[in-house]
Amino acid sequence: MKAVLLSFALAAVASVALITVFLVSSGLPAIGKIGLLEFIIGKRWASTAKDPGFGILPFILSSLYAATCSILIGSPIGLLCALYLSKAASKRTRAVISTLVDLLSGIPSVVFGLVGMMVLVPGIKQLFNLSDGSSLLSAIIVLSIMVLPTIVKVSTTALDAVPREYEDSSLALGASQVQTWLGVSIPAARNGIAASLVLGAGRAIGEAMAVMMVSGNAANMPSLFQSVRFLTTAIASEMSYSSGLQRQALFSIALVLYVFIMIMNMALSWLVKRSAS
Amino acid sequence: MTRGFQKAFKAMMISSSILVGSIAVFIFAYVMIKGIGGISWSFLSASPSYLENRIGILPDILNTLYVLLTTLAIVLVIGVASAIYLSEYAESKKLARLVQGASQILSGIPSIIYGLVGMLFFCQILGFRTSLLAGSMTLVIMCLPTIMKTTQESLEAVREGYRESSFALGAGKWRTVRSVVLPCAADGIVSGCILCIGRILGESAALLFTAGLAHSVNGYLEGMSSSGATLTVALYVYAKEQGEFQAAFPIATILLVLALAVNLSASAVGKRLSRGRS
Amino acid sequence: MKRTAIVIAIIALAACMAFANGQRETRSISTDGSTSMEKVIGALGEAYTQLHSEVGFTYNPTGSGSGIASVKEGRCDIGLSSRALRDSEKAEGLVETPLAYDGIAIIVHPSNSVENLSMQQIAAIYTGEITSWKAVGGPDLPIVLIGREAGSGTRDGFESITGTTDQCLYRQELTSTGDVIASVSQNENAIGYASLASIKSSVKALKVDGIAPSEESVKDGTYAVQRPFMLITKATAKLSQTAQAFFDWALSSQAAGIISSSGVVSAGL
Repeated sequence: MKAVLLSFALAAVASVALITVFLVSSGLPAIGKIGLLEFIIGKRWASTAKDPGFGILPFILSSLYAATCSILIGSPIGLLCALYLSKAASKRTRAVISTLVDLLSGIPSVVFGLVGMMVLVPGIKQLFNLSDGSSLLSAIIVLSIMVLPTIVKVSTTALDAVPREYEDSSLALGASQVQTWLGVSIPAARNGIAASLVLGAGRAIGEAMAVMMVSGNAANMPSLFQSVRFLTTAIASEMSYSSGLQRQALFSIALVLYVFIMIMNMALSWLVKRSAS
Repeated sequence: MTRGFQKAFKAMMISSSILVGSIAVFIFAYVMIKGIGGISWSFLSASPSYLENRIGILPDILNTLYVLLTTLAIVLVIGVASAIYLSEYAESKKLARLVQGASQILSGIPSIIYGLVGMLFFCQILGFRTSLLAGSMTLVIMCLPTIMKTTQESLEAVREGYRESSFALGAGKWRTVRSVVLPCAADGIVSGCILCIGRILGESAALLFTAGLAHSVNGYLEGMSSSGATLTVALYVYAKEQGEFQAAFPIATILLVLALAVNLSASAVGKRLSRGRS
Repeated sequence: MKRTAIVIAIIALAACMAFANGQRETRSISTDGSTSMEKVIGALGEAYTQLHSEVGFTYNPTGSGSGIASVKEGRCDIGLSSRALRDSEKAEGLVETPLAYDGIAIIVHPSNSVENLSMQQIAAIYTGEITSWKAVGGPDLPIVLIGREAGSGTRDGFESITGTTDQCLYRQELTSTGDVIASVSQNENAIGYASLASIKSSVKALKVDGIAPSEESVKDGTYAVQRPFMLITKATAKLSQTAQAFFDWALSSQAAGIISSSGVVSAGL
């Protein structure tokens, strides 16, 4: 029996090995043919042109730009909300808002994309008087909304876990509530909060469907009001019909994305280990 | 830190929470208002027809059900077995950490990479072609970490005393796990299932390349072996590729209602769990 | 006990898979490809399954390039392409059979006052030489260029006929004909190109060099922006009986009426 169970347990390890092997073996050949430097730093992506170019710098920068901005926008809002839920809200308010946050986290990404397409894109077009609302900005706003539940939920858990004695001692010494929260609670919960930001960033960089519906999909260098393509949408939009070097290049993009995710994952486990000790 | 700053800070906390709450309410309200008009029995029970110029989502509903059932059946077997091994049988700490590390890596991988690898491995190498089965297998790998984690937590929460009494009565290890520990952990396993259902319902990128976009009404076996769109994939196709918003908004409404149902059952099971433990 | 249950479950699942595999080969037809061909293939598939109720028919709207790749890799029975095969694709063993001819409509928002564009104007607009609607007699608004993804048959047809291959500066590159129509209908500055058969009243189709796009002008060739709908098969592999029967039926005179009523010109006529 033990052997049977062990073999099932190894399924998870086998899957990771499978994914890694596939991505590396499918992604390396193109990098070899195109040249690592030209691939990562090249600015021109024209995969089907007669004189093809395979530089993915626009995609890397767009993805990083979008993930960073969405975290920059999402974290103050998410943190303040988490602080309120954990420290200041009444039981009923906390229950109501927690439920709403849970609902937000359960919404499929295509629904976010749909609402973004129908409300956000025309809205941005009107607000900034652009010729077209599909842009990096729309993607950033959609991503900020999508990472909010992650930040709120994980930060709330981290803030809840701060021992009451820390906060009570601070209050006993004469500090106000706000001073205690800012000076004691948040620093004590900082590893959990950092973990929530990394988790959110991972989600933002890996999102494909929602941003594909609002960002226009042209392979430009990132600019706030321009149509952009991310690492994820680059793969999604060309994968089905690609062949030859183009297809191998798409796998290389997937490999680059995978490497980013691995780095974030390692950061995450390091943070979790630190908060546990 | 002035009084004014503190008041402003507290006000910002409240307004952030209200902002988050209102975004959720807005999305729900917008989608439902636009979509609820389109939901009718004929919409739910018909398939789309070009000859008669009709839209219907029966095939998508059926496909979603098939994928859900198949994925859950397979992932429960693998996930629960893994969790049982990790919590009851594992002796070497290194192996346990390896498996848990792998599980954590899996949960962070973006769904589009799953779609890619799934397309390569299940559709082409294993020869499943573009089919619901390939989609299900891809979803199995995606949901594995969730089931493993929730099952392991609930197994570890079962009191050691239960196991010891069972051993004292002469039962073997496997017998104990099967008849004593697992039933006690059932609530936790169910909550893991519900989380999985939520994830499967909302998944689109992974299914786009593995299960395809077709809309034909099939029985279970034929459905699993042919290409088909689930509700989320159908939503994407109707909204983005066909501009058919008459179908897109009702589907979005149905998905939101399902998300709501999943959420409510998850908290109901969670409450039962905490009552049972205390 | 549990172990035997697991073993039985695995055997049952394997049996289901084998059974399903067998079913699929004999009773279903899978097609994959061009989004412009959606109405035609959808109507044909539906009519065929009404005549032969034991057959299953699936159509995956993924784009011409994807359909060609799919049939080459054996992921579907018949590939659908809205452009002719390139020599490199024919060299890989693919065969094309024209099913119908479809016009590519140049579309703008209904509120746009422009009615007609010459071929040179269209090329100049898409290569970025003309950037305002005022230059072609329309309102003083910037032109937003909407087009298709690189593997699209519609894009290939449009770019080769207007002479703008690899030179178009798209603002948005969308992955289906329906998406182009939807995007143009929502933006009064936009111009796009889409399959004539799929045009809805939410957009306005422009005249090209004075000729309005319609089935007649496509048929007699006066509307120059047109391309063939092709059924793609492998030269080396034989189609299954079911797929071959559908293939022959679709090209016969019985199907011509259905093809015409979908808004395209049947190749048989």
